[in-house]
Amino acid sequence: MQKTGFFMRFITVLGFVFLYAPILSLVIYSFNESRLVTVWGGFSTKWYGELLKDPQILSAAWISLKIAFTSASIALVLGTLTALVLVRFGRFRLRELLNGMITAPLVMPEVITGLSLLLLFVVMESWLGWPSQRGFTTIVIAHTTFCMAFVAVIVESRLSDMDESIEEAAGDLGARPVRVFFDITLPTIAPALVSAWLLAFTLSLDDLVIASFVSGPGSSTLPMVVFSKVRLGVSPDVNALATIMIGAIGLGVVIATALLLRQEKKTE
Amino acid sequence: MSETAQQDRVRPWRLADWFVRHGRTLVIGLPMLWLVIFFLAPFFVVFKISVSELAIARPPYLPLTSWEDGKLILTLNLGNFQYLIEDSLYVSSYLTSIRIAFFSTIFALLLGYPMAYVIARSTGHRRNLLLMLVMLPFWTSFLLRVYAWIGILKANGVINNFLMWTGVIDSPIVMMQTDFATYVGIVYTYLPFMILPLYANLAKLDTTLLEASSDLGARPLTTFLTITLPLSIPGIVAGSMLVFIPAIGEFVVPTLLGGPDTLMIGRVLWSEFFNNRDWPVASAVAMAMLVLLVLPVMWLRRAQSQQEAG
Repeated sequence: MQKTGFFMRFITVLGFVFLYAPILSLVIYSFNESRLVTVWGGFSTKWYGELLKDPQILSAAWISLKIAFTSASIALVLGTLTALVLVRFGRFRLRELLNGMITAPLVMPEVITGLSLLLLFVVMESWLGWPSQRGFTTIVIAHTTFCMAFVAVIVESRLSDMDESIEEAAGDLGARPVRVFFDITLPTIAPALVSAWLLAFTLSLDDLVIASFVSGPGSSTLPMVVFSKVRLGVSPDVNALATIMIGAIGLGVVIATALLLRQEKKTE
Repeated sequence: MSETAQQDRVRPWRLADWFVRHGRTLVIGLPMLWLVIFFLAPFFVVFKISVSELAIARPPYLPLTSWEDGKLILTLNLGNFQYLIEDSLYVSSYLTSIRIAFFSTIFALLLGYPMAYVIARSTGHRRNLLLMLVMLPFWTSFLLRVYAWIGILKANGVINNFLMWTGVIDSPIVMMQTDFATYVGIVYTYLPFMILPLYANLAKLDTTLLEASSDLGARPLTTFLTITLPLSIPGIVAGSMLVFIPAIGEFVVPTLLGGPDTLMIGRVLWSEFFNNRDWPVASAVAMAMLVLLVLPVMWLRRAQSQQEAG
């Protein structure tokens, strides 16, 4: 194995410091007694208490979780169908259109996606009377649309790596396409589906711009509430919120990695 | 066996039958329908509103068609686009967006390349751990990670406090609300997008080439410049696109970290829509972005993937 030079390793250490210093400072200052975020006033957990008493943040967090769960689930179904169609269905009319529409959201600036969907909803409301109010439903539709593109990319790459001959064998033995899908294809691509769902869930939970365009009164998501707080300056309860989220995600990733390693060992 | 088969023929379950016959169309149709309604159709609406006239109404624009004396009149107001060209704000914010995205990409490459290289050259658990460390920030909230920089960069923030405590400076350096802070924020946010494709490329590199090169007497730097770097160009291109494309339309970073004169096009569109409530101009900005930025990028990606396939 080629040794890596000192310079490369130095930059790498610097890069990891760059990646983690801000996260570390968020966590440290969340335990700060003082309201002045950068002046250390002693250890305290009072901002966590304040956070848990803030009804606006709590309800926004609940709305965000519901939206993320719903849109990740719908996006998983639609994205998987799209990937299946693109990888396994051969040539058909409008294939290029579908391919274009599923890859375009990946490069579309969020402001354009948000604006265009809002304008669509406004026009639909005046033509069809639906959606009469913007909120949960419109955010779910918007998030599903951009999340399904990411789902499709992940599932597509897994499907094209998969050994097609097993599916063919099942088909030759008389299984109908639906049966082949549920008995062979689905179990094989299950790990990809899990990571696709998680990615969609995270993207939805994290989205500020699109949700700001298509939300309505009373349906502010967590990023929207955080953004309006943060815009006015640094506030210690946001640090506490960040620490909780980082902790939850860190724990999740560690558990997922441990499970993955165990499974790898088993298959070996 | 033949009995059941016959029964099937006698009493066909029509719905299931229909599904089997039209299943393929259904499976294609469902995502297709969703995307046509919620992805494609909105652009026609945006186009329509971009050629409408602003009005004090709900929604705040005039319809394109009107009926007068038995004549159907179609009014296309190109004034919004004319306005985009005439008012220097829009042109300069396009150029600023491209400049900031371009230099952020360069900085991300300079920082990300060594990291990807070191990760690709490490082995086993160490490699997995480093990879996980690169990906972990990506899973945490983007907004909160940008927010973290406010506490670090502001006048009485971590950096200034430290420098003043050590006596390097007497008065705080202004870092918040500058282009510098915007660069830091964008590089920070998109660094993992640069590292991962580079890593994927460098990990596949055939190390025997490097050994051959050093056996033949080449110095490490020569080997790097003549073998590793040229072979990693696809990874460089892929990573750079993943940073450059989202950075152009970035809204959160310039709004939270940039100053009032860090005008990026995403921010201009946002304020045109939310602050000025000028839907037609906001739509015109979106159409211009689509034609000048998104379509070239899609064309580039297409050309790239065709090149890889062929």
